[in-house]
Amino acid sequence: MIHSLFLINASGDIFLEKHWKSVVSRSVCDYFFEAQERASEAENVPPVIPTPHHYLLSVYRHKIFFVAVIQSEVPPLFVIEFLHRVVDTFQDYFGVCSEVIIKDNVVVVYEVLEEMLDNGFPLATESNILKELIKPPTILRTVVNTITGSTNVGDQLPTGQLSVVPWRRTGVKYTNNEAYFDVIEEIDAIIDKSGSTITAEIQGVIDACVKLTGMPDLTLSFMNPRLLDDVSFHPCVRFKRWESERILSFIPPDGNFRLLSYHVSAQNLVAIPVYVKHNISFRDSSSLGRFEITVGPKQTMGKSVEGVMVTSQMPKSVLNMTLTPSQGTHVFDPVTKLLSWDVGKINPQKLPSLKGNVSLQAGTSKPDENPTINLQFKIQQLAISGLKVNRLDMYGEKYKPFKGIKYMTKAGKFQVRT
Amino acid sequence: MTDSKYFTTTKKGEIFELKAELNSDKKEKKKEAVKKVIASMTVGKDVSALFPDVVNCMQTDNLELKKLVYLYLMNYAKSQPDMAIMAVNTFVKDCEDPNPLIRALAVRTMGCIRVDKITEYLCEPLRKCLKDEDPYVRKTAAVCVAKLHDINAQLVEDQGFLDTLKDLISDSNPMVVANAVAALSEIAESHPSSNLLDLNPQSINKLLTALNECTEWGQIFILDCLANYMPKDDREAQSICERVTPRLSHANSAVVLSAVKVLMKFMEMLSKDLDYYGTLLKKLAPPLVTLLSAEPELQYVALRNINLIVQKRPEILKHEMKVFFVKYNDPIYVKLEKLDIMIRLASQANIAQVLAELKEYATEVDVDFVRKAVRAIGRCAIKVEQSAERCVSTLLDLIQTKVNYVVQEAIVVIKDIFRKYPNKYESVIATLCENLDSLDEPEARAAMIWIVGEYAERIDNADELLESFLEGFHDESTQVQLQLLTAIVKLFLKKPTETQELVQQVLSLATQESDNPDLRDRGYIYWRLLSTDPVAAKEVVLAEKPLISEETDLIEPTLLDELICYIGTLASVYHKPPSAFVEGSRGVMHKSLPPRMGSDESPESPDTAPSGGPAADQPSVIPTQGDLLGDLLNLHLGTPVSAPPVATPTVQMGAVDLLGGGLDALMGGSDGIFVPAPNTAAPTNVGPPLGTGLGDLFDLTGGVGTLSGSYVAPKTVWLPAMKAKGLEISGTFSRQVGSISMDLVLTNKALQVMSDFAIQFNRNSFGLAPAAPLQVHAPLAPNQSVEISLPLNTVGSVMKMDPLNNLQVAVKNNIDVFYFSTLYPLHILFVEDGKMERQMFLATWKDIPNENETQFQIKDCSLNADAVSSKLQGSNIFTIAKRNVEGQDMLYQSLKLTNGIWVLAELRIQPSNPSFTLSLKCRAPEVSQYVYQAYETILKN
Repeated sequence: MIHSLFLINASGDIFLEKHWKSVVSRSVCDYFFEAQERASEAENVPPVIPTPHHYLLSVYRHKIFFVAVIQSEVPPLFVIEFLHRVVDTFQDYFGVCSEVIIKDNVVVVYEVLEEMLDNGFPLATESNILKELIKPPTILRTVVNTITGSTNVGDQLPTGQLSVVPWRRTGVKYTNNEAYFDVIEEIDAIIDKSGSTITAEIQGVIDACVKLTGMPDLTLSFMNPRLLDDVSFHPCVRFKRWESERILSFIPPDGNFRLLSYHVSAQNLVAIPVYVKHNISFRDSSSLGRFEITVGPKQTMGKSVEGVMVTSQMPKSVLNMTLTPSQGTHVFDPVTKLLSWDVGKINPQKLPSLKGNVSLQAGTSKPDENPTINLQFKIQQLAISGLKVNRLDMYGEKYKPFKGIKYMTKAGKFQVRT
Repeated sequence: MTDSKYFTTTKKGEIFELKAELNSDKKEKKKEAVKKVIASMTVGKDVSALFPDVVNCMQTDNLELKKLVYLYLMNYAKSQPDMAIMAVNTFVKDCEDPNPLIRALAVRTMGCIRVDKITEYLCEPLRKCLKDEDPYVRKTAAVCVAKLHDINAQLVEDQGFLDTLKDLISDSNPMVVANAVAALSEIAESHPSSNLLDLNPQSINKLLTALNECTEWGQIFILDCLANYMPKDDREAQSICERVTPRLSHANSAVVLSAVKVLMKFMEMLSKDLDYYGTLLKKLAPPLVTLLSAEPELQYVALRNINLIVQKRPEILKHEMKVFFVKYNDPIYVKLEKLDIMIRLASQANIAQVLAELKEYATEVDVDFVRKAVRAIGRCAIKVEQSAERCVSTLLDLIQTKVNYVVQEAIVVIKDIFRKYPNKYESVIATLCENLDSLDEPEARAAMIWIVGEYAERIDNADELLESFLEGFHDESTQVQLQLLTAIVKLFLKKPTETQELVQQVLSLATQESDNPDLRDRGYIYWRLLSTDPVAAKEVVLAEKPLISEETDLIEPTLLDELICYIGTLASVYHKPPSAFVEGSRGVMHKSLPPRMGSDESPESPDTAPSGGPAADQPSVIPTQGDLLGDLLNLHLGTPVSAPPVATPTVQMGAVDLLGGGLDALMGGSDGIFVPAPNTAAPTNVGPPLGTGLGDLFDLTGGVGTLSGSYVAPKTVWLPAMKAKGLEISGTFSRQVGSISMDLVLTNKALQVMSDFAIQFNRNSFGLAPAAPLQVHAPLAPNQSVEISLPLNTVGSVMKMDPLNNLQVAVKNNIDVFYFSTLYPLHILFVEDGKMERQMFLATWKDIPNENETQFQIKDCSLNADAVSSKLQGSNIFTIAKRNVEGQDMLYQSLKLTNGIWVLAELRIQPSNPSFTLSLKCRAPEVSQYVYQAYETILKN
């Protein structure tokens, strides 16, 4: 199981270590540093690194490497999932997860880590339970604690720990009872030169923020549940009910949680909401090339496309770009060769475009690779797969909650090859 | 306000200050001080000097302070064992506390203090906590048993904690069950022999119930445990699968992958005709695809596992090619894995798409990735024959880009394509030659030289091209030098008139001016050949080469099956069995897939394949020798010594290719089919071993029909001394009066005495296994040899090998365990009652479909029909009838293998012609090839 955890910052300092079994010397991280050196970028450090006596499994989040040390055969996904959970917990506790904030709260971090694993076995990883065991620091609480001498460690056994609904604590009370659901879909797509779709898929999630008193039992039904044939549920969802009736039935955790994530891959179901017209040519002889791109809406179901952002990694031999956008602002970083153009909202009557010249390093040959264009955008009030919630019902409690549902479509990894 | 203030006390005397604060009367101050201590500890500062002062703070009602002190204790108790005893009392007291949180905390912390003296005191509280009324305490205590076992295994056994732990599997609380399973699994890892997780249908049922209710981590433990269970029949397997399938929809990817493992394993038991089998296949695809949209680290692990799954069951993901298309901002480790899987999934149906993608990748920035993409195009060409032409034209397009590394990589793969489809795409040679100057990597240069040599007759200026390489001969790498030597000799044999000077130049360079023994030897061999018999040289050097095979990098099937049992573990990431790399796991259990129920048994083993329920001893390859050898035997896949030698000549790697152009062809020259003797040292191949003469003498008598046993090949070296720490093993196989034996000579070439010999075979196609232990009565002194005849039987475990007659052997002595593999002649398996009735023969001959008939030529055999017949009879090939048709003798023969397979033969002998024609018919046509080899061996010796 998980032996130790090291947190390493971008400059290679180990700024926190935690051992759940015997102490493993931090020199084991040297193997990690070696791998880090070999990988050109932090993102490319391989997640599993063998050393003579241990294995190092790492994730890179928020500019911090979370490196777990294991000694025996352990499912690596188990370790990586756990590391992700650690990151999520820190974020949940402190709002952000950064080196500074971890150092500022080192004792809480240590206490939390101790609660999360016992002898390398996960103990309490639900943030609901953790928060009952160790209260997250707030300015108010610190002040109160200093005055009253009370602590931020709970002395009651968290009620959820052993119940059949371990994700929910008992005795939850709210004056305003509300349940919000966000259906968020991300489109991952690769579009080729000619504008035809090579792959397109939708990664959807339903995130919930539920603040309801007592033990509510919710059911959520969809207009078109047949869309959802590849789903992953929060443990609270009753799988049998879904199998037989295609209804989500669950006792929700308290607060924010991800109810469901799903995947729509059938190509015909994935509408591509934007298109990019591009004309990029690096001329051979002269050191000037042409660059021109236009972005326009395609299948948007009548909604407007906002927050459009175009980025593209230019070849090394590009010295500079002199471009004029019809709207928005653009930046070309001559060091990293990254072009980014913040377009904003697309006006279908006047399509945004970015035109100009590319100056190449004199004497070098035409670049071999064509830049890929990366696109970001948002469409409010639309789930591009067409998924629609039919109704939400509550059982088990008497009050009438306030219910809300929001849809949004975003670009995930949306790439256009040129 | 924040904890960072705790780091600021770096000035001198800090420890002293802390000490004072720890002993302060004020609770607040104490707590702050402990916090400072912990903060220093987390960043790796040594604050162990404060041990007594911190321990003094332990007696408190303040839970936070208590927890902090516990944290400190866990870290430093080891360095201060005597002081740690001071804390014991508090622990024992806390284990009685009315608050379950404190009880659990105490037992948990105590387990983490890795001090022997403390463990003794831990036993009583732990026993109580294991039976505590509060499940939270019980589940914590379960883990504590695992901790204690890690510190003192004997104590845990003596105190009977293992039994208590086993009882917890039936606990009413699912979380307790999960933790008990986790603890038992961890203990079992270091104790492979103990049958800790004794799974039976009842306990499985309990686990499946707990599976639905416990936390995600508990589900992982339970699923991994379930995967070790062997259901008694396909019904049980199906019902477990049905209850595990819902886990595929879990949000935690580790749960999903563990569920996939259980399903992949139990699926093996389900009949393919079953509707449920198809349903299950369909259900497996979506979760695997979903894993690919997770974070890159998860994707990587998932991809490594998918790589195994597509090799085992390509049908699961065959329609999902597109999800493996590479995004340009994927991390490189994800890109490379995706590429690998794309090639594995490539088929005629999707090849167009795949090629378009690969071409796209070949223009990316990352050099490693681009290279691999170009190589992938070559692999597609070799794998999907219909696509070869497109692949070649794609490669040509890429060569036109003139990007240096792309060109070089393309040339290397084009050479492989030539080897797969000879004489088909020479039109591209001209383009390749244009790029000759830009090649600066040895592999690419060697490939180019190979192409020039191979097609020398079609390249007008081949001599000029090769000459240009020759100028810098000394600066080239060995790979290029060897290839250049061979290519020039080829050129000479094709155009002897113009190139005499060139060949002399290269031969003298290789033999006189090189320090490299390989190069020198090859030079001398060519020189000799050319000077003594140019015709033979031509036959040898320009012999037809075997085609390279399609899937050169597939994982060997036994290993693949084992790895499927390890889906989701590190083993699956490294594609090696855990015994090969996990430290200290000498006794890791050897896992294997359950046998399939019902119909499709492998055709060549109808008698010996397990037919009833799953045999209990199925998982162990070696029934007698215990775990150590069994698990080491698996290692063979990792060690180069015993990698099946026959598979290698066709590998498309540069180095081996060199052999293909040179030495391989040299040895296989005469008949085009080269079957290397396994692990035989080179000399035995070149000249006939001394033993043959003797064998010939035997054959004279054998020809008269008096010999009671079948032909015995002379002994060859199977395991050279240099590969086995001084132990040399040579041997052969024989069959006499119905019993098979392996005749071995063990020679001790080391300086120390060898003893404790033991031998084991890996599973093989015909279930060959030692019938008795290896008897070496006295220890083997240095430079001594001993001859042993090891009786064999055919009742061992059966697994189809490639080649069919491959036998992997492990030999152990007091020094180490060694592995080698050898090919046994099939005729040792021909049984004595292999004579078929005439009528029966006729009926069977007609009955076997014609596509099962294979024809072979036996060349250069001067025996007449009667001599042939009696010679074959000595090896249990029986002549049933003889006919004379138009001056040709037709012999009709039958033989039976130990596993009951009949092979029928028709042998046509023309008096004037030394070539015989052999037609073989058999219901299991795979064996024909090997039967033919047996015929050849018998008739020619």
